[in-house]
Amino acid sequence: MVFRSEEMCLAQLFLQSGSEYDCISELGELGLVEFRDLNPSVSSFQRRFVSEIKRCDEMERILGYLLREIQKANIAVPEEDESPVAPPPRQVLEIMEQLQRLEMELSEVARNKEKLQRNLLELTEYTHMLKITRTFIHSRSRVSALGPQYEEFPTMETDSVTGCTGMQRLGAKLGFVSGLIQRVKVEAFERMLWRVCKGYTILSYAEVEENLADLDTGEISKSVVFLISFWGDQIGQKVQKICDCYHCHLYPHPENDEERADVLDSLRTRIQDLNNVLHRTEDYLRQVLQKASESAYTWVVKVKKMKAIYHILNLCSFDVTNKCLIAEVWCPVSDLANLRGALEEGARKGDSTVPSFVNRIPSSDTPPTMLRTNKFTSGFQSIVEAYGVGDYREVSPAPYTIITFPFLFAVMFGDLGHGMVMSLFALWMVLTEKKQKKKQSSNEIWAMLFNGRYIILMMGLFSIYTGLIYNDCFSKSLNIFGSGWSVKAMFTNQQWTNKTLQTNALLTLDPNVSGVFIGPYPFGIDPIWNMAVNRLSFLNSYKMKMSVVIGVIHMSFGVVLSVFNHLHFRQKFNVYLLFLPELLFLLCLFGYLVFMILYKWLAFGARDSSQAPSILIHFINMFVMQGKDLTPLYPGQTGLQIFLVVIAMLSVPVLLLGKPLYLYWLYRGGKGLSRRRGYERVRRVSEDDNSTAPSYEDDEEEGLDKIPSRESRKVPLSFLYLGYDIYFVCLCGLCIFLAFVVLFSELSEVLWGMVMRLGLRITTRVGVVFLVPVFGLFAMLTVSILLVMEGLSAFLHALRLHWVEFQNKFYHGTGVKFVPFDFSLLPSVFEQDGLL
Amino acid sequence: MAELGFVIAMSVMTLFWGIIGGVVPWFIPKGPNRGVIVTMLVLTAVCCYLFWLIAILAQLNPLFGPSLSTDTIWYLNYHWP
Repeated sequence: MVFRSEEMCLAQLFLQSGSEYDCISELGELGLVEFRDLNPSVSSFQRRFVSEIKRCDEMERILGYLLREIQKANIAVPEEDESPVAPPPRQVLEIMEQLQRLEMELSEVARNKEKLQRNLLELTEYTHMLKITRTFIHSRSRVSALGPQYEEFPTMETDSVTGCTGMQRLGAKLGFVSGLIQRVKVEAFERMLWRVCKGYTILSYAEVEENLADLDTGEISKSVVFLISFWGDQIGQKVQKICDCYHCHLYPHPENDEERADVLDSLRTRIQDLNNVLHRTEDYLRQVLQKASESAYTWVVKVKKMKAIYHILNLCSFDVTNKCLIAEVWCPVSDLANLRGALEEGARKGDSTVPSFVNRIPSSDTPPTMLRTNKFTSGFQSIVEAYGVGDYREVSPAPYTIITFPFLFAVMFGDLGHGMVMSLFALWMVLTEKKQKKKQSSNEIWAMLFNGRYIILMMGLFSIYTGLIYNDCFSKSLNIFGSGWSVKAMFTNQQWTNKTLQTNALLTLDPNVSGVFIGPYPFGIDPIWNMAVNRLSFLNSYKMKMSVVIGVIHMSFGVVLSVFNHLHFRQKFNVYLLFLPELLFLLCLFGYLVFMILYKWLAFGARDSSQAPSILIHFINMFVMQGKDLTPLYPGQTGLQIFLVVIAMLSVPVLLLGKPLYLYWLYRGGKGLSRRRGYERVRRVSEDDNSTAPSYEDDEEEGLDKIPSRESRKVPLSFLYLGYDIYFVCLCGLCIFLAFVVLFSELSEVLWGMVMRLGLRITTRVGVVFLVPVFGLFAMLTVSILLVMEGLSAFLHALRLHWVEFQNKFYHGTGVKFVPFDFSLLPSVFEQDGLL
Repeated sequence: MAELGFVIAMSVMTLFWGIIGGVVPWFIPKGPNRGVIVTMLVLTAVCCYLFWLIAILAQLNPLFGPSLSTDTIWYLNYHWP
């Protein structure tokens, strides 16, 4: 990542018909260039390589089916470290064939398995039915043995010899219908039977203990075995119809016990056989899937790359005369050599006789913006780009953001202990990078935290530094160098005695007394302030002034960076009309405020503390141009202030009106320079009849002609924005900044006071045991409230400060990002479905 | 005595951040990341030095002293030098 985005050029690639596939494959592996669509008017169905893409789609469909089956069988798909290359067209047919064969095999096996399972279920149901109806018959016979004997229904046992002849005596045949029905339908079934058959049927049913899976719906439900005994043929038909209606599974009812026993035996053997066959089928299926899973990953990647290459080939235009494909690409100028190398490599692989070559062509379109990043800088670059992708060749704020963003965060967050926890967490994420990348968890919040691990690391490190300076570690101070305030001195100088201590609750150290104030603490805030009651009045004044100083310096830095943009785009007038008035305004007012802050710190001490002026009042008076009754900070103050205010006021109209007036003057054909340019332009236009843009040379000429139309529309907006910017945003941003700076230390102190102190106060031995859960509570609240919540809000505010106060001064952010054709950037459809 | 302490602290810190921001950048090896690393070093030095400077300047001439409770005063009287 460098100062500004890279220089790009438009290039034409001439791809010979034999090697075009390989060249594009090479380019996809390297990820160098972005292709432009040369056939925008052609619909996707009319493009040249539509059939190949259809073939790829078919292969992807089969692969999807395959992966789903593999996932169902709980087989893991091994991923390979090296990504396979896109296969040449002749290999494509092979892969297609393999996949189709696999699909057929799998579907056949699956069908067979289903049939077997259905069979098994029927046999199992039959077995249950036989067992349960036996209990019906036997129990019924027991019951009827107790009750009165009816001629019509003799018991089964006594009739075993005669079979059904006993019943036939009455001229009516006793029929049985038995089967299974779902539990939920039983009551309705019974009611229907009663209503239809008017009592000529007897229904007995019992539940099956085992849960059977219903093959059609796949759900497991309870079934009930029923036995209907009816009398007469017509009733029999009605019963059959009702059973059909309720989707019962009917099985033939055996005549007597021996038959039943026989059937049961044969069923048992058949079930055993079926189970065997089913096991073998499942094993075979598993084997097939296992073999397929070994190459599944390779196939997926190959198909993905193939499809991408054909998409790109569709973007190229076919040149009939030269029999080659022409592609237009955006390429970084520094990568042109690599591009040539890639094309040669592709030509070599494709065994083509004529090599493909690159031709750089000039263009008037704005190229996309490209900034090279590595894993460390990409996080910061994405923060900047969230505001907007930079214009082509505009100064990029990203290299500065790497340091200023964590620094501003740390100024607001500043706590040694919390900073250490944050850094350790980020360090852990950084050290286990490779492992985490492989896991690819689907939790979005974790993914965001992981992508920002370097940002969090920097924020944590800077927070440690600012925590040391604020002398704040979990709201306690460290005394490393010895405090600069001495209490003893108050006693030795007879300011205080033991009596003073007894009569007063609070006493203030007086820096005027010799020996009380030894010197400023060499590194940070003196630890005595942590114990002082008036701590906030000192700290607030310090933090307020600090945030003003830092904020003004940050904003001035932003303004200074805009000079580089103006000079690069050859808009020198911007330097005088925008940069200078803006800088003067900023420095004359807020820069002077910074000066006053520094002056007060250096010039006024404890001795003249009663006369120390309030900077705020002086600042306000500067604008109002009053304050004759205030003692000046330094001789000549009023004169200087008036001078500065006048300059600031003068720079405002220049800032707001200077540029539009200048552009208007130019547009009107201002004297001298521009008229001559106008003549040159007309000549050039007449030479190039086809060109729509007058020239494709420098921004300079483009600037002169295009500015009135484009920029004059931008100017009224920039007016308003400037006004808003300076008055409200500066002060608003600084105020919120200050609020954060003060707030966090307060929250952390409150947490300490309310939680840890309770635990530490208990003096008995039991207190030790009590301390453990108290510490646990303290730690949990620290992490959740202080680290997460406050960290997030400080992060957001630092981000906002960067975007609005800093980037707004020089960064337009209206560009288009360079998206190279790179296989690793293309997501696989299956990954999104979670199949891979 | 106080002055000496201040002068030592001032020179040590200025030297330290001066080396980091002004001398170390010259020794960064040439490579694709040189620009970024140099920018980072200079900015870090400037930011951290500025932050420390503001902290020490704010305490150089205090206009008022800390108000302590008498318990704290009693403790500090005996335990701090």
